[in-house]
Amino acid sequence: MAVTINWMIPRLMPGDPIRTLIGRAALRAEAADKVAEYFARIYGLDQPAWRQYLSFWTSLFRGDLGTSIYLSPKPVTQVIRDSIPFDLGLLIPAIVCSWIVGNKFGAFAARRKRLDGIALPIWYVFTATPYMWLAILLAYVFGVVLKIFPIAGAYSFAISPSFSVGFILNYLRHWFLPFLSLFIVQLGGWAIGMRNMIIYELEADYSRYMEALGAPRKLIRKYAFRNAMLPQITGLALQLGVIVAGAVGTQVVFSYPGIGYLLLQAVMNNDYFLIQGCFLFIVIGVLIANFVIDVIYVIVDPRVRHGMGGETA
Amino acid sequence: MKKNEFLFFALKNTRMRIGLGIVLFFLAVMIVGPFLTDYDPNEYTGPAFARPSGDHWLGTTFFGQDVFTQVVYGLRATFIVGAVGGGLATLIGLFVGFIAGYRGGIVDEVLNMLTNIVTVIPTLALLIIIAAYLPYRGVVAQSVIIGCIAWPWTARAVRAQTFSLKSREFVDLARMSGMSSMKIITQEIAPNMLSYLFMALILQFGGAILAAATLDFIGLGPSEGISLGLMMQNAVLWSAIPLGMWWWALPPGMIIAAIVSALYFMNTGLDEVFNPKLREM
Repeated sequence: MAVTINWMIPRLMPGDPIRTLIGRAALRAEAADKVAEYFARIYGLDQPAWRQYLSFWTSLFRGDLGTSIYLSPKPVTQVIRDSIPFDLGLLIPAIVCSWIVGNKFGAFAARRKRLDGIALPIWYVFTATPYMWLAILLAYVFGVVLKIFPIAGAYSFAISPSFSVGFILNYLRHWFLPFLSLFIVQLGGWAIGMRNMIIYELEADYSRYMEALGAPRKLIRKYAFRNAMLPQITGLALQLGVIVAGAVGTQVVFSYPGIGYLLLQAVMNNDYFLIQGCFLFIVIGVLIANFVIDVIYVIVDPRVRHGMGGETA
Repeated sequence: MKKNEFLFFALKNTRMRIGLGIVLFFLAVMIVGPFLTDYDPNEYTGPAFARPSGDHWLGTTFFGQDVFTQVVYGLRATFIVGAVGGGLATLIGLFVGFIAGYRGGIVDEVLNMLTNIVTVIPTLALLIIIAAYLPYRGVVAQSVIIGCIAWPWTARAVRAQTFSLKSREFVDLARMSGMSSMKIITQEIAPNMLSYLFMALILQFGGAILAAATLDFIGLGPSEGISLGLMMQNAVLWSAIPLGMWWWALPPGMIIAAIVSALYFMNTGLDEVFNPKLREM
């Protein structure tokens, strides 16, 4: 199933932006702006819809996503390639850490009355926080009031990327706040999910049976945790899209040069090719991640249940 | 009688009360607020950079717009997005879920595939694309877009529940008595998951608000007027953070966080109300 979707989505999606793009191009021609017309020709916007569509596909297969209008001479592929390392470096640790910590903590708090009573509302506030607001808050507190961390860019403008100790330290200092804001918001969601799953599992027959047999609580919890892991893995797959979107906001706040920031710039400058390219990359990235999670699921779950294709959240 | 019982437990539940209180508070601010300020949200009223004071309750922006006025009018956009976007998402989810769950077979297969496709696409990326190509964006248009994309999980949950409900005796009985499918769904199945539907609506409401805030923030908000997300965007774009203008950068997001967490509280509260097992907590 995942493979079918894998095949379908890129096929379905790029069609629409392209077609609407023609609408915009026609508007420009109406304005009779000679320069616009010239650019339309350069970028191939004056051709009929189906030809644009076709050429989009042929160039896509050659790994060519067109030329960015905003960063003019640079091809979209290169612009995106430049920003991807920053994205991965930020997103992967944030997602993995928050998932692990959230799960452990959620499992720990479940069914411990006092801790649960305190922790649960806090987690709810975490998940309810818009990513960018937390980013703003952290930037304000740590960057402006306490002046501990820098609040813009992925590294100081004074130095250029290299593999020296100084650069890595500098990078890490810039990396910390965006990471923290992504980490905290996600943490709440995972912890809540895990807590609810654990409570559900502890109510299940096998837990009651073990309890009746006099098994130690710790052992019962361990089994409940293992069972509760599976829906959480599926949850991770379902949440990826949302997380990536949240990262867009965070990157904008910190002017972090990832895809999200790029996307904002592209949108603000009406750079269709760049928007299209970013979107394509985000979709591909999420699909790849989904695939990886599917594989992990198969490894972790011995029964490999297919069928429903996802849990009800 | 039964309704009163639920109402009683709902009002007795602390989480429910806190959540409802916060939401009602902001609703009141939204309604009363415009009468308390003399300004227009985007009007350049007075001194720029002003800290909160008696004249400008939440200070002014970089350009001298009154932050409090913007918040009050922004709240309106927030609630509209929540109601329209969340409502629409719930409706679509219900529709797809009921039909897929009740009909089963090939209809289910097709609808399920559709659901999966919409789930896998990164929602916000799609929103960005659609919003970017719309020539004119209003708050309602934005809510409709959000509603059309946020429905899959509701559809999934409703489908699963419909599946389990449709094999119960009372549904069989209704079917034997010759009721139409539509009637069975609306009169026999839906009432039995009413509590669940209500909770789904609350979650969708909150989700729509968050989605709209992110959209606004990356510059795809309403092309006219003001919203809380738009305020955050302006604050960040005009470097409110490095300038230390906390009264501009922080309140909008704080309000969104407060409203959405209040909604989540209501949701857990309701969970306890409808599910006596959890009630003793």
